[in-house]
Amino acid sequence: MTAAPEQIDVLDEAREQVLERGVGLSEAQVLKVLELPEDRIPELLALAHEVRERWCGPEVEVEGIVSLKTGGCPEDCHFCSQSGQFPSPVRSAWLDIPGLVRAARQTRDTGATEFCIVAAVRGPDKRLLSQVRDGIKAIREDGNDIQIACSLGMLTQEQVDELVAMGVHRYNHNLETARSHFPQVVTTHSWEERWDTLKMIRDAGMEVCCGGIIGMGETLAQRAEFAVQLAELEPDEVPLNFLIPNPGTPYENYPVVEGAEALRTVGAFRLALPRTILRFAGGRELTFGDLGAKQGMLGGINAIIVGNYLTNLGRPAQQDLDMLEELSMPIKALSQTL
Amino acid sequence: MTDLMTYCSFCGKEEAGGDHAFCRQRLSLIDPPRYCSECARRMVVQVTPDGWAARCSRHGEITSAR
Repeated sequence: MTAAPEQIDVLDEAREQVLERGVGLSEAQVLKVLELPEDRIPELLALAHEVRERWCGPEVEVEGIVSLKTGGCPEDCHFCSQSGQFPSPVRSAWLDIPGLVRAARQTRDTGATEFCIVAAVRGPDKRLLSQVRDGIKAIREDGNDIQIACSLGMLTQEQVDELVAMGVHRYNHNLETARSHFPQVVTTHSWEERWDTLKMIRDAGMEVCCGGIIGMGETLAQRAEFAVQLAELEPDEVPLNFLIPNPGTPYENYPVVEGAEALRTVGAFRLALPRTILRFAGGRELTFGDLGAKQGMLGGINAIIVGNYLTNLGRPAQQDLDMLEELSMPIKALSQTL
Repeated sequence: MTDLMTYCSFCGKEEAGGDHAFCRQRLSLIDPPRYCSECARRMVVQVTPDGWAARCSRHGEITSAR
């Protein structure tokens, strides 16, 4: 006798649907996963890990990031300490070309295959694009063949074409949260404007990196909505951040996402996005600590940002590399990405 | 060095008399200094993959390497 649909366990469904067939969970299914009781988290993470190994392989992609232009952003993303609209202690700064070259070298020396150049802007102006162009040229002249990604805000078609011509292979532009929650997080531009940039990036042949931040007041239903909206985009990479309540921002008093809830989210996003590079990004140090980071790596994550972030600090890169070695997880080699 | 601070480099308030346990936790985990410990001016901070540099217009630069 077949069980009534409401009696089918969501992890049993996921085993057949996601693990065996590679089909991501629906919004309703993701929500069920996010509502699993705490004692089922180990089972969820084990399945998510199996899914990631089956559909992505055993390698972990390592990336470093740096802020080329810090602070003074005209947008009002409520989580961001770099917005010029809030009384954050972060002051504007530009990284010069030698500093950018050093940062790329530091990243390459960790064994990373990705180096992402980031700027806190609505979109790039000519000066910023010129700095990026000169920076990439200087990184190459330094003998560094690391893959270069950029995150420079919303783009025009002409700017997309310029970045392709510079050899930028991946572009990060986060949708940040569910479409239904976005207006609570950002009011100076829309979710749809971000989506339009992402489509242009994809159409131009660049890899799409698009994720967001967990813990910005979204409901579990909105978290499930977000996972499925990301799946619809079919990004090559999804960076998963956990809110860092930074001083001066509207979210400075928001609670840090609790570890069990964060692990549930990691597992759920993997089951929604079986083939995507799912990257541990900012906030994991506060949310997880050392033990939780390992659980996440064994729960569907297959990429990691090592070293520091843009305005916040991460763990020393070597600590994460040691963790990967302890977990017997090979680091993706540059030759595999070319 | 911490005991000699006049101002908290996380929140910019006077060290003396305040409870800066949270500030110290953040500085030990995920934050570079944002305020000059000598004068509480906001510093220009550049974070890089393996360190940070913070510059006060009055008291100069400090780095994570120090």
